[in-house]
Amino acid sequence: MQYEGGTRIPSGCAIAGIFSRSGRKINGGPAIRSIAVMHDRSNGLGGGFAAYGIYPKQKDLYALHVFYDSRRAQDECERLLRSAFDVSAAEKIPTRRVPEITDAPAVWRYFGLPFRKLLEDAGLDEREFVARFVMKVNTQVRGAYVFSSGKNMGVFKAVGFPEDVGRFYRLEEYEGYCWTAHGRYPTNTPGWWGGAHPFALLDYSVVHNGEISSYDANRRFIEMYGYGCTLLTDTEVITYIIDYLNRRSGLSLKETADVIAAPFWSEIAAMPAEKKRYYTYLRNVFSSLLITGPFSILVGFSGGMMALNDRLKLRSMVVGEKGDTVYVASEECAVRAVEPDLDRLWSPHGGEPVIVTLNKGVQI
Amino acid sequence: MGIHDTIQEYEVVRDPARCTVCRACERQCANGVHTYDAAAGKMRSDAAKCVNCHRCVVFCPERALKIVKNDDTYRLNAQWSNEAIDEIYRQAETGGMLLSSMGCPKPYPVYWDRMLLNASQVTNPSIDPLREPMETRTFLGKKPDRIERTPDGRIRTDNLPPQLVLDVPILFSAMSYGAISYNAHECLARAAGELGTYYNTGEGGLHENLYRYGPNTIVQVASGRFGVHKKYLEAGAAIEIKIGQGAKPGIGGHLPGAKIVGDISRTRMIPEGSDAISPAPHHDIYSIEDLRQLVYSLKEATEYRKPIIVKIAAVHNVAAIASGIARSGADIIAIDGFRAGTGAAPTRIRDNVGIPIELALAAVDERLRQEKIRSRVSLIAGGSIRSSADVVKAIALGADAVYIGTAALLALGCHLCRACQAGRCNWGIATQRPDLVRRLDPEAGTRSLVNLVSAWKHEIMEMMGGMGINSIEALRGNRLMLRGVGLNDRELRVLGIKHAGE
Amino acid sequence: MIRIDAKGKNFRQLNGEIRSARDPEIEVENCLGQRYIGAGMSGKSLLLRGVPGNALGCYLDGGAIRVRGNAQDQTGDTMNAGAIVVEGSSGDATGYSMRGGKIFVRDDAGYRVGIHMKAYRDQQPLIVVGGAAGSFLGEYQAGGTIVVLGLRSGGKAPVGNLCCAGMHGGRMILRCRRLPADLPAQVAAAPATAEEIAGIGGVLDEFCACFGIPKRTVMEEPFFVLKPNTKNPYRALYTFN
Repeated sequence: MQYEGGTRIPSGCAIAGIFSRSGRKINGGPAIRSIAVMHDRSNGLGGGFAAYGIYPKQKDLYALHVFYDSRRAQDECERLLRSAFDVSAAEKIPTRRVPEITDAPAVWRYFGLPFRKLLEDAGLDEREFVARFVMKVNTQVRGAYVFSSGKNMGVFKAVGFPEDVGRFYRLEEYEGYCWTAHGRYPTNTPGWWGGAHPFALLDYSVVHNGEISSYDANRRFIEMYGYGCTLLTDTEVITYIIDYLNRRSGLSLKETADVIAAPFWSEIAAMPAEKKRYYTYLRNVFSSLLITGPFSILVGFSGGMMALNDRLKLRSMVVGEKGDTVYVASEECAVRAVEPDLDRLWSPHGGEPVIVTLNKGVQI
Repeated sequence: MGIHDTIQEYEVVRDPARCTVCRACERQCANGVHTYDAAAGKMRSDAAKCVNCHRCVVFCPERALKIVKNDDTYRLNAQWSNEAIDEIYRQAETGGMLLSSMGCPKPYPVYWDRMLLNASQVTNPSIDPLREPMETRTFLGKKPDRIERTPDGRIRTDNLPPQLVLDVPILFSAMSYGAISYNAHECLARAAGELGTYYNTGEGGLHENLYRYGPNTIVQVASGRFGVHKKYLEAGAAIEIKIGQGAKPGIGGHLPGAKIVGDISRTRMIPEGSDAISPAPHHDIYSIEDLRQLVYSLKEATEYRKPIIVKIAAVHNVAAIASGIARSGADIIAIDGFRAGTGAAPTRIRDNVGIPIELALAAVDERLRQEKIRSRVSLIAGGSIRSSADVVKAIALGADAVYIGTAALLALGCHLCRACQAGRCNWGIATQRPDLVRRLDPEAGTRSLVNLVSAWKHEIMEMMGGMGINSIEALRGNRLMLRGVGLNDRELRVLGIKHAGE
Repeated sequence: MIRIDAKGKNFRQLNGEIRSARDPEIEVENCLGQRYIGAGMSGKSLLLRGVPGNALGCYLDGGAIRVRGNAQDQTGDTMNAGAIVVEGSSGDATGYSMRGGKIFVRDDAGYRVGIHMKAYRDQQPLIVVGGAAGSFLGEYQAGGTIVVLGLRSGGKAPVGNLCCAGMHGGRMILRCRRLPADLPAQVAAAPATAEEIAGIGGVLDEFCACFGIPKRTVMEEPFFVLKPNTKNPYRALYTFN
């Protein structure tokens, strides 16, 4: 049997997210409750969470979360890690025994910064250096997988229902201003935990519902820019596309959404001249980054979150607001489960991003 | 009669019960096969002159005629076919190189027919193109490396190198005025305009009456530089440098002086009666850096307003050549596979030189991505694209668009008799005889081409929808949409696809 | 009338209890995402509080369902008869393949409302949306009636993109001053005639009574009627092979 990475496994899913614009600290409980209500959308073969603002004491250090399936993999990876990073802490991520979560790999986290000298010698900025390091470990060190690599944020994922995964990682002990959650329904047994969502690179994390038809066209383009699609999942390629467009090419998140969920030519034809030129340019220049097929994604990043549906809105997604807190989920019941009394609830249109960020001046 | 007589290929079979001796067959056949025997009151047929173009069969009002393969045969021999023997006889008799028309007819593997397409089911939805948007618009041209912004922060849209915009990813391939008739060119030009695509002048220059279709014309600059001057370069939407063509890689062309008359002479800008010889190489391109010089010379001459296409034949190191071309400043690379058609080419070259377009395309697309330069050029693939399914497979392998030549001629009425080099095409396509050219009605011919490409466009949309794709760019290079059947590991690897069942 | 508390129950338990309840009048409290409520139901009347889950009233064969809040996706999926009333908004694919009965949504409805709705003999399905509907409204509509009132749309067409894509039967009524710009060629749209407006009067009365909306508000804006041009708009597409 081929495991994830050796073969492409299509999946369906559920997603949920909670964001406090005022930077209020929320623990993992609400996110777990929200995703648990949508239990029927998953099949127990994947679940995960991303949380932002959870490491305030080490907020300027990268928090690398790593899976190991053998001692050798851990030794090899740690050797590489310590030669590139000044590691100030290394520890197993605390977990609790949960009967439903079995066959766990070793799950570790490291806090550190790349050595200054290495950055200077390589002529790279810090984020590019870390991204390349992660890509190198994930493509070259067999049995090791860096699944979270941002500052003051972390991904927690496994093969299991998300509510069980949340209990396994003791997420009620973490507090952050942003949580995203995912429950997976893959068609095959993924085996390796790396394929669960969220997929993360630096501080970008993506949870995704749907299966995209443009996958191989997207992958064969993005791999030209140094990204290695080792898991063969949609979420992996979507995260790389967002990293490429937003971080490396300097497009804003809205512009990124305009590339990946671009409007149809018939809609563009009816737009005023300036907008027509803009969308035509993006569709031409970034044609291989258009994503077709159903998707609804929640992208987390430092200080914000973006929700986006494919331009045909083939997947469901609702957004709710109560005071300064924003809730996103595949189904309304998941929002009501944590906040029954909302100020506002709506369904964003296909292709229209909903971007929320921390209020100005908020310190996290 | 002689020891080198070859087997008469065809028999003309006339049903005497149906023939009304209307003499239509006699009028229609420019090869003189049918004659009227006044004394006997009957039609006679000299099948030795027949090329099997089917003109008489189609035009007989009583359907009294059929052309069959003559079953006169040498002793059967799997190693020495009748054809192989006859070719020796021809050469022993004449001392000449064998010359053929149209594409290689030999039974080499057709990789299009060994690849199957995907359809979406359950895990993601297929899309109905009759009801939901299904987009085939394609841009050909170089894309910028990075975006730039205006002072007020908006993305600049005026910094794009010149592009070709197509409503459908199908263009008409280069066929020169001289190889085909003026009327055929007019049909291609008008159809290209109606369809929102482009046709290619080939190396015979551009007839002055066709300048008005310039916005849908690609003007070709071949090694003989026939008809190439500033106005010509400015006339089209793009300029194609013809380095080679799939049917005859490595060699040039030769249109005999007898055909250089009237408008042909005027359009090619060479004297009547003088041979039109296209040299094998461009004599200003002996190394890859020379190509860059030629590319930029054309850009300078046209002030960087036209994309430059470089057309090459698919040969063994096509991936490396394409990589070099992508770095030379060219905007588009057109690859012509070994099955491509031609007005006339030495038979041995046509049938033994070059590689299939499917493999060449896969290798070039993959190499350009490995080199990280795929965005510097768009790719057009040609060389026996026979149906919309071939088009979809070509795009999934990595082509941005395809060139069709033979398929377009078939739409105009060609019956693939492969006797073009004689210049007596009864359908008015591969001839310059005014009495024959007149038979190709530009109105009807344009309609036929528009019908063909429109029908293919609808089929492409259905296949895309079946795969859950609604914009053609999501199909480009999407190799996971293909599976091979009956291909060995090496073939699968070159094509970059899995086998059906995987 | 009996009360059922849905709290902590999965959809199998909850729907089992609803099915086995003897009393035809049932109120369900604390719905939170349970799917398939009222699937294939007939002869009962449900009042739901909370958030019922997907496929509410799927294959409904009679009776009534009323939601005191929003409904999610696939409400009334393939329903055959009966009535579903939503005191709020409904999600995507509301009334997919509906063949009979009616769905009233007080506020907005999602994408693909009434997709492939069909009618058969005396079964004439009906959807009325008080607010706006999303894109692909009435896609492939083959029969029945869809009414979108856009009561808060200020006269703008209360629909998204690609309204009526593939419509080949039935009719759609939109309350607005200007039609959407991207209606397909096979759809004929015209201002509603006096007869047509009188014809839907009964339906509008019922809708208004259902939600306590004053009828004169509804009649303040003009109406358009949209119908397909022909039953087989796609005839010229094929050639036998």
